[in-house]
Amino acid sequence: MLGRTASSLFWMSRYHERAQNVTRLLEVGFRGAIISHSGQEDGTHWTFALSCSGCEKDFAQKYDELNLRNVAAFMIFSKDNSDSVRHCLELARNNARAVRTSITAELWEAINTTWIEFNEVNPQTITQDTLPDFLAWVNQRSHLFRGALLNTILRDDGYFFSQMGNFVERADNTARILNTQYWTLLPDSDIVEDGSAERYQWSAILRALSGRRSYRFAYPNARLKAFNIAEFLILRTEMPRSLAHCYDWIADTAEDLAQFYGSREPSLDLASEISRELSEKQMREIYQQGLHEFLTEFVGKNNQFAKQLSEDYNFA
Amino acid sequence: MADERTFFNEMLDETGEPRQAYARLAQWLEDKPANFLTKKSRDAEMVFRRLGITFAVYGAQEATERLIPFDPIPRIISAAEWRRLSAGIDQRVRALNAFLHDIYHRQEILRAGRVPADLVLQNEAFLPEMAGFTPARKVYAHIIGTDLVRVSENEFYVLEDNTRTPSGVSYMMENRETMMRLFPELFQSHRVAPVEQYPENLRQTLESVAPDPAKSNQTIVVLTPGIYNSAYFEHAFLADSMGVELVEGRDLFVDSGKVFMRTTRAPKQVDVIYRRIDDAFLDPLTFNADSMLGVPGLFDAYRAGSVTICNAPGTGIADDKAIYAYVPDIIEFYTGQKPILNNVPTWNCSRPDDLAYVLDNLEDIVVKEVHGSGGYGMLIGPTASKREIAEFRRVLEANPSNYIAQPTLALSACPTHVASGIAPRHVDLRPYVLIGDQVRITPGGLTRVALKKGSLVVNSSQGGGTKDTWVLED
Repeated sequence: MLGRTASSLFWMSRYHERAQNVTRLLEVGFRGAIISHSGQEDGTHWTFALSCSGCEKDFAQKYDELNLRNVAAFMIFSKDNSDSVRHCLELARNNARAVRTSITAELWEAINTTWIEFNEVNPQTITQDTLPDFLAWVNQRSHLFRGALLNTILRDDGYFFSQMGNFVERADNTARILNTQYWTLLPDSDIVEDGSAERYQWSAILRALSGRRSYRFAYPNARLKAFNIAEFLILRTEMPRSLAHCYDWIADTAEDLAQFYGSREPSLDLASEISRELSEKQMREIYQQGLHEFLTEFVGKNNQFAKQLSEDYNFA
Repeated sequence: MADERTFFNEMLDETGEPRQAYARLAQWLEDKPANFLTKKSRDAEMVFRRLGITFAVYGAQEATERLIPFDPIPRIISAAEWRRLSAGIDQRVRALNAFLHDIYHRQEILRAGRVPADLVLQNEAFLPEMAGFTPARKVYAHIIGTDLVRVSENEFYVLEDNTRTPSGVSYMMENRETMMRLFPELFQSHRVAPVEQYPENLRQTLESVAPDPAKSNQTIVVLTPGIYNSAYFEHAFLADSMGVELVEGRDLFVDSGKVFMRTTRAPKQVDVIYRRIDDAFLDPLTFNADSMLGVPGLFDAYRAGSVTICNAPGTGIADDKAIYAYVPDIIEFYTGQKPILNNVPTWNCSRPDDLAYVLDNLEDIVVKEVHGSGGYGMLIGPTASKREIAEFRRVLEANPSNYIAQPTLALSACPTHVASGIAPRHVDLRPYVLIGDQVRITPGGLTRVALKKGSLVVNSSQGGGTKDTWVLED
């Protein structure tokens, strides 16, 4: 396989995953905005979406007011925002197009149709009434992409690289969301009575990572607690967006890749090292080290892994 | 021009009765309800868009990926007609390859004075770097698309030979697939010669000209300029259907005189490159130094015989519009036979006599740039306004050697689905020819149709569409 092909498959998956993550952040922001008690649109709920995707500053430079119209324009349709849904879908498709010969017709059609239909949407028509359906549609298209990939693609190196892209992005997204909100997840906030402010943040974090319902199954007493939420999203492998789950998958894929090629590269060792660390860690140790420090370090390691992978396999 | 009364109608004869090959189709069309084809056209368009069968239009600001309009009514060629056409094409492509070998070696044809030496040696498309080099099996142009037009029952003319990187073959294949999906019943009532073997044939052709044809596992690649190229879909389509890698210049490198591709593992040596980039961009060390598309050192590796490039560099001289007028001589010189297919009579504006005639008759003839393509930079006298003719006259007088002229041909017309129903529209034909261990011609080819009433410009960049082309089997 060409190094460039490996790179395109990696980034195709990565950008698709990112589009879905941005969409979910917007869903959380929207929900906050409509249920805010003041009755009028409360811009601060959108701040969560903007800061989690790291584009708060860019937004402030372009727009005066924090409202649905502006946030949607910036995070969904903007050509300037490199993390907008539009930009992610476009790059995902360009990467797929560059490797048309390495992906299945089903997968290509899923990606291409998403892009065509997305382009047919007039941003002016996205209002409070239509945004939820539109976001749900993007989400479903992402699931279709992933389903088409898992159901049709040959289990060879191309599959492995696309999995790497998917889970590197997902791990990065989870770690960043937690890190943006880390102060609401410090164990101290557990003992602040009532804590309705944290409660909102907690459920926003869980929703942004599709974990609100599954949390209740994972922790039978179902009470939202900072310690449990942090543990759930960092260390519990059964949570499909936790750091531990992502690295479980990455490490397994790394083993498959080593077996497929018949040789081990440094990136594969790095993957299993990160995975082992996560599986051996206790939440208490993470708090001792400092949650913020731990997450920052993780984001760095995740990046280092992606970089090493691209060096080991000649991503162009 | 193609006077509306005098063009050849491929479906109907002078009395308005369907010709034999079209009999069943004509009946079928008559039996269908009025909006039937409109609906089928829409279905076809959706399929094309979803599959991403698009081409890029240069200069257009937005929506740069467009669909080529697809006409759902097939064009039909009888078995007898096809036999004669393919014999003519076969003769022509063999002669052109012999010509290429000659001008890059002993140049007998120039010495014999059958083609003016200056026309070849001073031509930009002539590559002195190819002199003395002999490609595998002496084949230079492995993939050719011969553009033909029909003017009467038995008269076909060759418009252009397209010996560089002819495109459109993916449309030939996708058009057929689409037709089979839309109208299965038509395929039951007609014995249509298949085209699906093209990728297989292309692969066999490329393997047959590998540096070491005995090697069992040839590594073949398709070299594309990238996803923004107008024919990118086709490049991907061909690589995919042959089961070979689609590479860009940056995926290849030359080491110790051999060409390798960068893979996720060890570099892999490449035997045959089907390149879809122009000569000038192949190798920045030999040709255009600014090229980002090519592979440094590729040409040296090629000359050293470690890799085959298809088509060979320097084949453009064979389809140069100034050389075109001499192709009948070229055929006679190398085959000793009369050409089976006609050339369109051509005036070479670099000759004073020809130029004078052209300037006197601008409103009746077609003038083309020698190096132009895609229907740009040309004048179609009969449909041009007075002002357009006057403007073109100035351009032509300023640089006559840049132009050739031809009489306006009354292109044949085929039934075509248009807003008002079914009406005749002018068509041309590009059959695809492969030359390697043998000459393989895919029955049919790509029919391009000028969708505007009376228009003679079939280029997709100028609003032309395509049709599936059926060669009937006996």
